[in-house]
Amino acid sequence: MKFSRRKFFTTIGKGAACLAVLSSLPSVVWAKWNNTAFTATDLATAIEAKYPGLAIEDSDKVSLKAPAIAENGAVVPVSVKSDLDNISSISLFVVKNPSPLISTFNLSEHSVADVSIRIRMGTTSEVIALVEADGKLYRATSTVKVTIGGCGG
Amino acid sequence: MKLKVKAKASGGVVKVKMLIKHQMETGRRKDKKGALIPAHHLTEITAEYQGNKVFSTEVGPGVSKDPFLAFYFKGAAGESLKISAIDTAGETGAVDVTIK
Repeated sequence: MKFSRRKFFTTIGKGAACLAVLSSLPSVVWAKWNNTAFTATDLATAIEAKYPGLAIEDSDKVSLKAPAIAENGAVVPVSVKSDLDNISSISLFVVKNPSPLISTFNLSEHSVADVSIRIRMGTTSEVIALVEADGKLYRATSTVKVTIGGCGG
Repeated sequence: MKLKVKAKASGGVVKVKMLIKHQMETGRRKDKKGALIPAHHLTEITAEYQGNKVFSTEVGPGVSKDPFLAFYFKGAAGESLKISAIDTAGETGAVDVTIK
């Protein structure tokens, strides 16, 4: 069978339309995973990729709970709380990890700013929590001493 | 992908605790022959309540193996909560729980 140029384009067009419909179907809409921020190898680059151009200030309204000494760097429990208003996201960074950005919590108006997660730490390092509220970043820092690293290799 | 989720309401706030079975391969580890094991980790976890996305987390390789996660949101007992997760390979997992 021979395809004419016109038929070729209409078929492609229909296929694309079908794909567009199909891809919009799933009930869960995945946000775009920020690859640049997660693969950045230093803190400044990671923060800039995650929150471009936002000012950072230290705040006592952000509380970061992390152990002073972690025996096993593969599992370090960390939690962040804050009583700031209009929080849109919370991000966790481990300064000396190969890629400092650990995770970002995207909050909605239904959320309460209190999250806990278990993270990996390669070595003794500062852990930074950044809370994004009203277009500004609020920071809390805590140092965790790691006896056995958990980044493999 | 196996998700274990517990949600408990008290005073209008629901506490959600979850454990997801996932190797969270960082892409930096080497196998016995010295070859790098490719990265394979979760990228996003989402919580849906009454048709609204109430919470989501973007995670990188810095999160521990078999991730544990806890968060709070405003909700009520008896309602259902849907937790979904996706990884770098595009594998997804989801679970519906009733808030206690």
